[in-house]
This record gives sequence, C-alpha cells and structure tokens, in this order.
Amino acid sequence: MPLVATPIAQARTDTSIRRPLFLSRVEAGFPSPADDYVETDLDLNNLLIKRESSTFFVRASGGSMTEAGIHNGDVMIVDRALEPEDGSVVVAALDGDLTVKRYRVFSGQPYLVPESDEHDSIPVKAGQELVVWGVVKHVIHEVS
Amino acid sequence: MSALTPRSFWRRFLPLRPMDTVFALIDCENFYVSCERVFDPSLRTVPLAILSNNDGCIIARSEKIKAAGIPMGAPYFKWEETLDKIGARVRSSNYALYGDMSTRVASILEQDALAVERYSIDECFLTLPALSRQNLWRVGDNIRRKVLRWVGLPIRVGIGPTKTLAKVSDENAKARKKAGMGRGVYVCPDEPTRDDFLQCVPVEDVWGIGPAYEESLTEKGVSTAAEFRALPDPWIRTEMTVVGLRIARELRGHSCLELELVRPDRKTLVRSRSFGQTVETKDHLRQALAKHAQRAAEKLREEDLVARGIEVFITTKRFGAPPHYSNQVAARLGGHTARGTPFVRATRHLLDPIYRSGYGYKKAGVQLYDIRPSRPHQTSLFGRPREEDEDLMNAVDQLNTAYGRNTIHLAATGVAESQEWEMKRQNRSPRYTTRWDELPTATI
Repeated sequence: MPLVATPIAQARTDTSIRRPLFLSRVEAGFPSPADDYVETDLDLNNLLIKRESSTFFVRASGGSMTEAGIHNGDVMIVDRALEPEDGSVVVAALDGDLTVKRYRVFSGQPYLVPESDEHDSIPVKAGQELVVWGVVKHVIHEVS
Repeated sequence: MSALTPRSFWRRFLPLRPMDTVFALIDCENFYVSCERVFDPSLRTVPLAILSNNDGCIIARSEKIKAAGIPMGAPYFKWEETLDKIGARVRSSNYALYGDMSTRVASILEQDALAVERYSIDECFLTLPALSRQNLWRVGDNIRRKVLRWVGLPIRVGIGPTKTLAKVSDENAKARKKAGMGRGVYVCPDEPTRDDFLQCVPVEDVWGIGPAYEESLTEKGVSTAAEFRALPDPWIRTEMTVVGLRIARELRGHSCLELELVRPDRKTLVRSRSFGQTVETKDHLRQALAKHAQRAAEKLREEDLVARGIEVFITTKRFGAPPHYSNQVAARLGGHTARGTPFVRATRHLLDPIYRSGYGYKKAGVQLYDIRPSRPHQTSLFGRPREEDEDLMNAVDQLNTAYGRNTIHLAATGVAESQEWEMKRQNRSPRYTTRWDELPTATI
C-alpha cells in the first residue's frame, strides 16, 4: 500500500522575525470566513525551547550515548537554566573538554555514565571539579 | 515555566510604596574573556587576552593578564613574548559571539527588573523597587547567580539610590572582590554610613569627574567623593558647570539621571553602494569608502548616536564571469564617536589588508557597529573609567610614533602582509551561538 503523507501544518522557518498576528487586512467588503479559524503557525521553537536566553545548541561528537538516542553529529538543545537531577543527560566540562553523559548520583557520589556498552562510567572523584554546563533537553537527529 | 514568574522574586519584598525605586548597575566581568571561556572550558584557568579585530592590540584581559602588567590597548606584537612567558592564550575578537551573549544577559535582566537600560555591550542599568538594604542585596545576588547559571557569565551588581551611587557601589564591589571579600554585589549604605563609605572613594574615581576637573578639586583640597559632595553648589556650578552639580546631587542621593530606555533600534549602520562600472584601483575604492564613512557618521549624528566599531567590505560581482572575491575587515576606535574623521581614517587603513589587485570590484561599503545613544549633554558623565581611556590613548600615541603615521585608530598595527594577516585572524573562536556550522562540540 502506498504511503500517503498528509501535511498537517506549515512549519515556520522565519522565526527570527517576530510580529503580531493580523488576521485580515481591513478592507471594504466581507472578511474571509476562514479568519475565525486562523490561530498561528506552528513554531518549532515553542515546542523545543522553554527559555531562549539560556538555551544553546551544541554539536555531539562520538559514540558513547547512542542508547540515549544521541548520535555522532547530532545537534543537542541544551538548557543551562535547568538544575541537573539524577538521571539528566548533561553537557559537562571535565578537564577542559565538553562531554555529554548521563548524570547519576550513587550514594552521594556523582557519576558521568555513558549509554553504550563500550564505554565506562566516570566517577567524579573528590577534588576533581565537575562543572555541569547544561542539561540536554532535545536532540536533532537526521534520519538517513 | 519556572516556578518564579517574571518579577515574582522581588514582589515578595514589595514595600508599601512600590513607586520608590533604586538603580542597579550590572557589569559583566572581563566580558569578552568570559564569553570565550563559556564555550571553551580549557580557557577557564589560563591567562587569556582578546585582540582587536585584526589582531593589532589587546582589547580585553583576564585577571592574570592584568596582574602580569600588560596594559589595556597594548600593541600585541610588543607583548607577545611576555604573553608566551606566562602561558597566555590569545583570541581574536568575536563580536558575533559577544553581541549574542550581551543580548541574552539583557533579556535575563528584563525578567527581574522594573526597567532595563542597555548601557553598553557589557553594562546595563536597572531600576529595582526600593527595598531594604538587605533585601536589595538578596535581589542583586539572585540576579548575579541567575546570569551565571543561565549563560555562564560572571557579573557584578552595584545598587544605589542614584545612577552615580550605583556606579560607585559597583566599583566598590569590584575592589572588595579583588581583596577577597564578597561575591561582587554591593548595596550603597544609607546615611550617615554612606558618608563614611564615600570618604573612602577617591574623587577622581567618581563617574564623570574627568581630568579636566581634577586640578581645581585638588586646589580646593578635595580628594574624596564625600568632600566633593559637601562643596557648596555655587562653587561647583562655577568650576564644573551643571555637569559637576549633577554629579554632586547624585552623590547626595538625589537622582538626576533617569534610565534611558529608548534604545537605538539599530545595532549597526550600513552605507554601501554598487558602482556604476567596475572599479579596480585602490585609490577609487578608498575614495568610495571614505565617502561612505563620512555619510555613515552624518547619519549617526542625525540619530543622536555614537559608534565605536567600523567594518569595511569590498566585493566583486557575485555571479557571472569569475574571478570573484570579497572580503571585509573591522576595527574598533579608541572610543565612541560620531565624528567623521576617525571613521574615514579607519577606512584608509582597513582597506590595505583586504584589497587585492586584478579584480573588478562592484560594490564597497562600511558598516558601523557597537552603537549607542550619544547623550550629547552628558558626555563627560558617561565616560569609561579614565585610566582605561588613558591607557588606550597612550597605546594609540605609541603606535602613531612607531609607524610615523597620522592615524588615531587601533587598526594600524596588525596590517602586515595580507597572508600573515589572514593567518592571524584564525585566532578567532567559532561563532558558537550564531552559526550552525560553528556550534560548540561536546564529546559523547
């Protein structure tokens, strides 16, 4: 059976331009009956970004988080305003590099845990400085 | 949504008369350096210097660079060895990044303040409700922690009943932090403690008291801000005009300077034009650019704005028969201005590194950036700290001597062989927040 794709709404690509929504031009004659049903265009930013000023895009590189759905080359949507919780996927600064891992706390000890069998967990030792850079909220992955 | 809706934080402390307000000055610490460090953690602990756009001069310094005695505006080539010796890293300036981070900071501040004035790329004035000193400190510290968390930038907060007292408080917060006290938040005390506080502030450190007034103040035996504000009004008015009087009144706690909320819409101002026929010689390009710079400055004055940055661009036709070439280069002047001459002079020197012979140029132009309102009647009130200005101007003078050129802009130094110059520009970090292909990378 052929696959039929039904367009549900037009995606916006011009979200850098903000403007009020005018439903119709004021003109003589009668307004379009569709005007009452116009709401707004769907904006991916509304869906993916809660706080614009604290949200950053970060490119993923490597293969230790594939089971969390993050692949090499993906763009991650990272919110710095969020407090990392046990289980959050975070971007962390460790030894001068930015790395992405799942943040876990086992009996008071923070760990950076990869989501792949080929990589080991990284315990954050006493005296080692772990700076959580931000919490990964979404990932943009190109379907091949 | 976060649990705290905008402005809810201070609403918890709202006094009975909510119309009373105070001013806060938010100052991003080592702004350009801090921006670089957000995205490259390996820069967090090393000494870091930021260079002007063509790598001519040092225009921002981390604490360790300052401690090593490397002055603001210093020519890079003269200090390269010293920088190497202390293991410093060096970056070209990345205005795309700094501009974006500055906008983010301002929009975070807008959530917690009654009103925000974007004063410069790294400073904002806010109004806050006139709470108790302790609660103002809490609001200030809350803002500081929020900006640090949300965008990773360290800021200082100075709070006082007038803009001038907020500025003095910010300077005090800076000094205290340097001495290992406090977290960079300081609230101006009430009288009579305020007088004791101002006794410790050298009068020349007060915002707006320029070197022009220093002599008459010294003659009068005035060395502190407290002594200055106690002078009789007629004397101040005679010796220091209405500007001095305004500073004195602000120091006494009477607010004379309101927030300037009308921000210029424009962040940049572009003047360019396609040539009627292709232009090949440098002379013609130079003339065209000078003309554009002149007109851009006129436009600034028309709109009561001043600018500090200028970019020059030249381009051949983009389509049609090759060869194609286009390039641009930017520089910052020593200070904000709306005068035509500095911009025109800048274009002359900026053209050198990007000009290539053998191309038919179709278009040339200038773009001014780092624009802010000129505030024509308060020029001296809004100066940068004097010391910094002086260092900058000294550096410029040194350059003029070294190169025997009658130029007043900082761009002249880095202009060497074009290839070398292009190589040097690679010190610029990626435009992490404004280009899809230059995002920061995290290892997974």
